[in-house]
Amino acid sequence: MSGANDPYDPKQVAALSPEALDTAVEQAREAFAKAADLDELAAVKPSHLGDRAPVLLARREIGALPPAAKAEAGKRVNEAQNAVKLAFEERRAVLQAERDERVLRDESVDVTLPWDRVPRGARHPISTLAERIGDVFVAMGYEVAEGPELETEWFNFDALNFGKDHPARSMQDTFYVGPQDSGLVLRTHTSPVQARTLLERELPVYVVCPGRTFRTDELDATHTPVFHQVEGLAVDKGLTMGHLKGTLDAFARAMFGEDSRTRLRPSFFPFTEPSAEVDVWFPEKKGGAGWVEWGGCGMVNPNVLRNCGVDPDVYSGFAFGMGLERTLQFRNGLPDMRDMVEGDVRFTQPFGTEA
Amino acid sequence: MRIPVTWLVEHLEFPEPPTPDEIAEAFVRIGLEVEDVHRLGSVTGPLVAGRVVDVKELTEFKKPIRYCQVEVGPEQVNGIICGATNFVEGDTVVVALPGAVLPGDFTIAERKTYGHVSQGMICSARELGLGEDHAGILVLPSGTAQPGDDALEVLGLGDTVIEVAPTPDRGYAFSLRGLAREISCAFDVPFGDPGLAEVPEGEGDVLPVRIEDTGACSRFVARRVTGVDPTAPTPWWMRRRLMLAGIRSISLPVDVTNYVMLELGQPLHAFDASAVRGGLVVRRAAAGEKLTTLDGSVRALDPDDIVIADDSGVISLAGVMGGASTEVRDDSTDILLEAANWDPASIARTVRRHKLPSEASKRFERTVDPALAPVALERAARLLHMFGEGSIKPGRTDEGGLTAPVPVTMPIDLPDRVAGVRYARGVTARRLGQIGCLVEVTTGDDGATMVTAVPPTWRADLTQPADLVEEVLRLEGYDTIPSTLPPAPAGRGLTERQRRRRTVSRALAENGFVEVKPFPFIAPAVFDALGLPEDDVRRRTVSVLNPLEADKHALATTLVPGLLETLQRNLARGAKDVALYTVAQVTLPRTERVPVPEVGVGARPSDEQVASLVASLPQQPVHVAAVLAGNREQAGWWGKGRPADWADAVQAARLVGQAYGVELTVKASSLAPWHPGRCAELRVGDWPVGHAGELHPKVVEALGLPKRTVAFELDLDALPLEDHRPAPVVSPYPPVLLDVAVVVDAEVPAEQVTRALRAGGGELLEDLRLFDVYAGDQVGEGKRSLAYALRFRAPDRTLTVEEATAARDTAVAEAADRFGAALRA
Repeated sequence: MSGANDPYDPKQVAALSPEALDTAVEQAREAFAKAADLDELAAVKPSHLGDRAPVLLARREIGALPPAAKAEAGKRVNEAQNAVKLAFEERRAVLQAERDERVLRDESVDVTLPWDRVPRGARHPISTLAERIGDVFVAMGYEVAEGPELETEWFNFDALNFGKDHPARSMQDTFYVGPQDSGLVLRTHTSPVQARTLLERELPVYVVCPGRTFRTDELDATHTPVFHQVEGLAVDKGLTMGHLKGTLDAFARAMFGEDSRTRLRPSFFPFTEPSAEVDVWFPEKKGGAGWVEWGGCGMVNPNVLRNCGVDPDVYSGFAFGMGLERTLQFRNGLPDMRDMVEGDVRFTQPFGTEA
Repeated sequence: MRIPVTWLVEHLEFPEPPTPDEIAEAFVRIGLEVEDVHRLGSVTGPLVAGRVVDVKELTEFKKPIRYCQVEVGPEQVNGIICGATNFVEGDTVVVALPGAVLPGDFTIAERKTYGHVSQGMICSARELGLGEDHAGILVLPSGTAQPGDDALEVLGLGDTVIEVAPTPDRGYAFSLRGLAREISCAFDVPFGDPGLAEVPEGEGDVLPVRIEDTGACSRFVARRVTGVDPTAPTPWWMRRRLMLAGIRSISLPVDVTNYVMLELGQPLHAFDASAVRGGLVVRRAAAGEKLTTLDGSVRALDPDDIVIADDSGVISLAGVMGGASTEVRDDSTDILLEAANWDPASIARTVRRHKLPSEASKRFERTVDPALAPVALERAARLLHMFGEGSIKPGRTDEGGLTAPVPVTMPIDLPDRVAGVRYARGVTARRLGQIGCLVEVTTGDDGATMVTAVPPTWRADLTQPADLVEEVLRLEGYDTIPSTLPPAPAGRGLTERQRRRRTVSRALAENGFVEVKPFPFIAPAVFDALGLPEDDVRRRTVSVLNPLEADKHALATTLVPGLLETLQRNLARGAKDVALYTVAQVTLPRTERVPVPEVGVGARPSDEQVASLVASLPQQPVHVAAVLAGNREQAGWWGKGRPADWADAVQAARLVGQAYGVELTVKASSLAPWHPGRCAELRVGDWPVGHAGELHPKVVEALGLPKRTVAFELDLDALPLEDHRPAPVVSPYPPVLLDVAVVVDAEVPAEQVTRALRAGGGELLEDLRLFDVYAGDQVGEGKRSLAYALRFRAPDRTLTVEEATAARDTAVAEAADRFGAALRA
């Protein structure tokens, strides 16, 4: 290692001897390894990396060496000091990781504990169903129309081609309001919105109207005096019953899935001619897939168009109506109509905020 | 209408008869609802006709019991125990012999009962599955069958009864005649219409009849049959058909009228001619008149009721029920038959008024073929002649008449255009002919082919082209109509209000409120419980004339009562912490009632008429309301719960405003039903739009609600649609945060102080937040300290503390200026 002509051998300075340095490094490593945590490590640090640490003390001796030997001794000290530093950092990293892990472990909680400080509310399924239906038709270019629940007989019956003596007008079926012969009824269907729409809007019209309706049925498992319907009306040039059927099929698919479809059965309503009952194919029907009565529909009776100032020789239209409670009943398997009107939070809560 | 298949096909010529199920499916396909298909006679084993040879009454039992000897075959007489008493020796009955199994898996066996061995059972109609009649056993007219004959065949137990529910526009379908025609159309087979039978000329009137009110009765026809044998039985085949239709056999004359009604659709009435005094008058009842009807009830007549009167007064409630005085009795021999066409609407009103629905009125309400009366009478008279030995008097009274049906003309391709289908050539004309129209096809000068159809007399419902179109479409089958979507119009989506209403509802639901839908019917007494002053505008309600619950006749002017009732129901069912909301229309009568204008139909009403129709309705704005009871924040492992208080109600109302895009301001108020010191009026600018807060303790007590129940109600429609929402400029520079506490008189609302600080803080005041309220010794009597955190920031530079402090001072100065606020030391 040393040159033959070196007058001073650095080995003569004991502290700078490779052995001494190696020992110092080794002792430092042992001390660091013994430190069980960061505090202990910090406590032993000055002994090995502080001013009085063996390697630091050895460095002071370098000055006493002849210039020729300084470089080599310096290099050796540096190496030793780096080794101690490295040992320290390595140990610190280990202990730090241990400590971090322990802290996280100590902070762990039972994440299965409930947190229902303010429980979420819920929307009534009739509301969300009505909105969903609105969305289905808005996507088909329709608009959502509205009308009052207390309605004139003219809009509720006359305009819709109900004769003056039609049984639906009787007080056995329809709620009338005072004073006697006020001419005002709680609308028995959402169809008056048809007449309102035709009177108020520019043609063509494509509207749906979900809304609350009223008939004098006592509340029981299958009837409620206050219920909801959705009405659809399209009046345009060249509309056909095929268009009605296509629209209902699209509606059925949106409500009941891609495999759904509708069937029309001839029927009678004063405000449509031809008229039909709409059945929907319902795969999850109780007792096996089958047709379920869903609502009524038809081509708008030319008398209705005339009553609203629409020329039936130029325009034609179709209309349909479904009960929302009924739709929910078979779609969601609700056995009792009363649940939908009583407002028990246990009924509504599971529906959440979207249907 | 219940019709046996064997009867239905009697007038049809099928190359191959369809099954009952195929017939039922066909009815549905062409628009006649099928309510049920009843298959008769799941009877197996020996069922025979028997002749009662001997009847021995057993008197030792609590109820009448007979031990009968019944001849059930050549040389075979069985002893049978029977509990019925409606038969005598010599009667022909139906016997189920041991080994027979009757409907309902009822096995007959020889058994000992009431001290005798009973070798079989004498059957009632119900036990045989022939109807509901179980008043006694079934006695067949003599000569119908010989002892030992197979009763399955005699009774026609292989038959099927289809129950059809025609729509109200198809009155003709309430008859064998109408239904058979429908089936002939559905299967394209020939039909021999019994309703078009020839009727001989009458020789003069059979009795004088005067129609006083032609609006009530368009035609009145009468025929008389004398010398009818009052003991003559109704033939079994007729009884059977009546029985299967659900009509009880009474006597030959009555059965004949019912049978002809079922067959042709024309209700008839039979009078005992000997009880009729003088001629008949058809008129409306006079006020105060009374009639004892067949059912024995004395009915006070309404001047709207149509009646038939003779010299003695009213003898029949026309089209609904006959009178007792001229009823055909067990000994009646002289029968006056009447068939008429009554005003359907009047009949419907009479039925409702007297609660007297009947087979006859059901048909009259739906319009009866005006050409049918003489045909039906002739048929009935002949049946009485044939089975009752009566002689038909040559005279016939026929007052009134029928108006010729009005032809309907339409382009022959209109059905194609309505359906969106190209039908085969000739389909339209053929189908219209099939339903009984006289059809003529013509080509106009413009080359367009038109079809003119003269509807048959029984189709008063065919008045316009659309009616003819429906006939073609339904008979061709709705299932042949394709499914196509119309070209999509350019819609504008939901309106602004609709979108915001949805947001409001969702915001409340996401914040813990559950949506409910109470009925809008409320009892005005609830206004007392709510402590509303006598002159409160919410007491001015619209009243339902025919409410389901007598006390709940008012339409809600506020949503709070309905919500509170729903809250009570939830609490009664064990709920503790309940937050409910509802969004609904309320009905607010106008100060001055605008009468509904008389508006006709047939053309568009004028704009003024439409306007006054709309104006005649009360205002019906959409409100939103909520109630909260119990804890707003639940207790849990984290600690205690927090009871809902007035601030939760106000906050929920503010939330509605935020969801709607409107800032609601708050002002102290004292409106019932709220606590006068804990009621906030919510405003948009200076416009009140609702209230929120804690309910008055008296209200809580009166309604049995949990203490400190809180509520809000807002008029959603009164909230403006502020669609101007500029994007904010967000400064990237650091803020200066300063706190300030000001001391003001305790009465000064915090919101006012906040506003003053905001105004005084100027543009550099980015935000301020009230974080503490203190009242006590340190601030002095009648004062309170409001502590705010202020955040200052400049848009274009880093704000210095000096600038921020200066701005804070001007803020405090503004509060000092307005309310004498002092900086708290």
